[in-house]
Amino acid sequence: MNMISFFSAMVQAGTPLLFATVGEIFSQKVGHLNLGLEGMMLMGAVTGFAVGYGTSNPLLAIVAAALAGMAGALIYAIITVSLKANQEVTGLTLTIFGTGYASFAGNKYVGYKLPEGVSSVFAKTPFPILSDIPVIGEIFFDQSILVYFSYVMVIFLGIVLYKTKYGLNLRMVGENPAAADASGINVNRYKYFYILLGGALSGLGGAFLSLSYIPVWQENITAGKGWIAVALVIFATWNPYRAIVGSYFFGGLDIIGYRLQKFELPIPIYIINMLPYAATILVLVLMSIKKSKENKAPGSVGKAYFREER
Amino acid sequence: MRIAKRSELTKVQIVLVRLAAVVGALIFGGVFLIILGENPLTIYTSMIDGGLGSFFRFRETVNLTIPLLITSLGVMVAFKMRFWNIGAEGQIFMGAFAASYFALNFAYLPKIVLLPLMGLAAMVSGGIWLLIPAWFKAKFGTNETLFTLMLNYIALKWVTYLQYSLWKDPAGMGFPKIPSFEENALLPKILGIHVGWVIALLLIYLAYIYLNHTKTGYEIAVIGESEDTARYAGIDIKRVILKTMFLSGGICGLVGMIQASGISGTLSVDLSGGVGFTAIITAWLSGLNPVMVGIVSFLFAMLRQGGSFIQTAYEIPASAAEILQALILFFVLASEFFVRYKFVLSHKHGTGVKK
Repeated sequence: MNMISFFSAMVQAGTPLLFATVGEIFSQKVGHLNLGLEGMMLMGAVTGFAVGYGTSNPLLAIVAAALAGMAGALIYAIITVSLKANQEVTGLTLTIFGTGYASFAGNKYVGYKLPEGVSSVFAKTPFPILSDIPVIGEIFFDQSILVYFSYVMVIFLGIVLYKTKYGLNLRMVGENPAAADASGINVNRYKYFYILLGGALSGLGGAFLSLSYIPVWQENITAGKGWIAVALVIFATWNPYRAIVGSYFFGGLDIIGYRLQKFELPIPIYIINMLPYAATILVLVLMSIKKSKENKAPGSVGKAYFREER
Repeated sequence: MRIAKRSELTKVQIVLVRLAAVVGALIFGGVFLIILGENPLTIYTSMIDGGLGSFFRFRETVNLTIPLLITSLGVMVAFKMRFWNIGAEGQIFMGAFAASYFALNFAYLPKIVLLPLMGLAAMVSGGIWLLIPAWFKAKFGTNETLFTLMLNYIALKWVTYLQYSLWKDPAGMGFPKIPSFEENALLPKILGIHVGWVIALLLIYLAYIYLNHTKTGYEIAVIGESEDTARYAGIDIKRVILKTMFLSGGICGLVGMIQASGISGTLSVDLSGGVGFTAIITAWLSGLNPVMVGIVSFLFAMLRQGGSFIQTAYEIPASAAEILQALILFFVLASEFFVRYKFVLSHKHGTGVKK
C-alpha cells in the first residue's frame, strides 16, 4: 500500500468530518449540544446535489448546501434558544427530519451523476506551487478546492475563538450565560449566530460528500458521519485545531477496510467496516475515564438559558 | 414585554396546547404540499384511507404499530431516567440475531418450547447490548447517546455479515439471504394478525404497573428528576441504571424476535424498518406515559402506512410521512414553551430588565 496515497485519502475522507466537527464545536461553545448534525449534513448533501444537478453551477450548489444546513440549525435554534426546549430531543428530531428530507428530496436523484461542469470543479486540483512540496504537497495540496477551504476555515475560526473579543464573548456565553448577559453581551444573538454557523458547516460537510467525494447521489450518503463528528468534538476537547487530527484519523478508519480488501486478510471485511464505530466508542470511553478540567464541555451545554431564573 | 414562568396549566389545557401543535404541524405540512402542487386535504384523507381503509390496510398498520409500540416502551423506560437510549435499532438487531440463532439451529424443538426460547434469547441479547453502554455510563459517566448510537452501526454490520456471508443460504442461488425459519419458529396468528399485538398490549399494562406501582419504578422517577435527590434518598443509582437498562434493551431486543418470527420469517438487514428512531419521537410525544405510547404509536404507524399508500397513489415519496412525524414533534416541543411560560407586559412594574 502506498502510504502517501493512503494519507491523502485520509485527508479526503476526513474532510466532511472536519466541517461537521468544527461546526458542532462552535454550537457547543455557546452552550448548545446539537445532535442534529447527521440531519443537517444530509440536508446540505441533498440540497447541494440537487442545485448542482439542476443549475450546473458549482457556486450555487455549495451556497445552497450551506443554507440548507443553516435552515436545519435555525429550526433547532428557535426551539432550543428562544423556546428553551430539551436540546437532546430537538437535535434527535432534527436528525430524523433531515434524514426524511434527504430521502424525500433525493428520491428522484438516486444513482444520478453530477454534471461534469460541477464535479470537475470539486475534483482534486493540485494547488499551485504548494503541491510541489514533496510528501506534504502530495498529501495536503493535491485535493479538492473544498479541502483547501476547510484549512482556511479551521485556521480562521481558531483565531476568532482564541484571539478575538468575539471568541472570548462566545466562550463566556457557553460557560456562564448569566455572567455574559450581565456584562452586556447579547446572549441569544451569540447563540443564534454560532448555532447557524454550525449548521452551515455541517451542510458544507454533507455537500463535500455529494459534490466531491461521491459525486453520485445515494440514499443515506452520510452513513453516520454526523454522529462520529459529535463524538469527535469530545475527542478534540472542543478545540478546532485538534479536530483536524481527529477528523483525519477517523477518515483513515473509514477507508481502511476498502484499502485492505485486496490483501485477503483473515478478518472479514464486514468486521473491518465496524472500525470507525468501534473506535468512536473507544474514544468515548477513554475520554470519560481520563477526566480533567481541560477536557470538560462548556459549562452550560445542554441547559436552556432563562434570564429571569438566573 | 418579558417572559415569566406560568403556574401549572390544567391537564385539559395542556392537551389542548399539544393538539394545537399537532394541527399546526399538519397545516405547515399542508403548505409544503401546496408548494409541491398537491391538494393537502386530498393527501391527508388518502393517508388515513391508506392506513385504515380496508382490513388489509388496517392489518398492515397494526403490523407496523407492534414494533413501534414495543420499542417506544423500551426507550421510554430509559428516557424516564434521562438515559438517552438511541440504540434501539441495534438492540432490535441483536435480539433478532439471538432469536434467529435458536430458530435456525433448534428447529426440531416443539413450537411451545422454541418460541419462548427465542423470545428469551432476544431479550437477553438486546439487554446485554444496552448493558454495555449502561455499565460505562454508571462507572465512568461515558456519553450514552453516542455509545448506543455507535452500537447500532456495529449491530447492523454484524447482521450484514451474517446475511452476506456467515449464515447465507447456500440454496439461495447466490442471493444474499438467510434461510427462512421452519414453521414452528413462526409466531402464531390471532384474529388474522400475529400475536405480537397481544404481547404489545400486555407490555403496556406491565410498563404501567412497573413505572407507577413498584419500588424500582419510583426510584427511576426520582433519578430522572434529580440524581442528587436520589443519592440523598439512599437509592443505589448504579444498580437501578443497570437494571433498568437491561430491561429497556431487553424490550427492544424482543422486538427483533417478533419482527423476525412474525413478519419476515428470517433475519435480514431490513428487519427494523427504522423504528428505533421513530420510537424516540413517539416515546417523547406520549409524555413518557405507557398508555399514550400505545395511542401515539398507532397513529404514527397509520401515518407510515398512509405514507406508503400515497407513494403508489400520488408518487409522493413515502418519506413524506417521516418528515411529517418530525414536524409534529418539532411543533409539540415548541408548544411546551407556552405550557411553561407566559408573556407579561413588564414596563408597568418597572422590573428594571431592559429589552
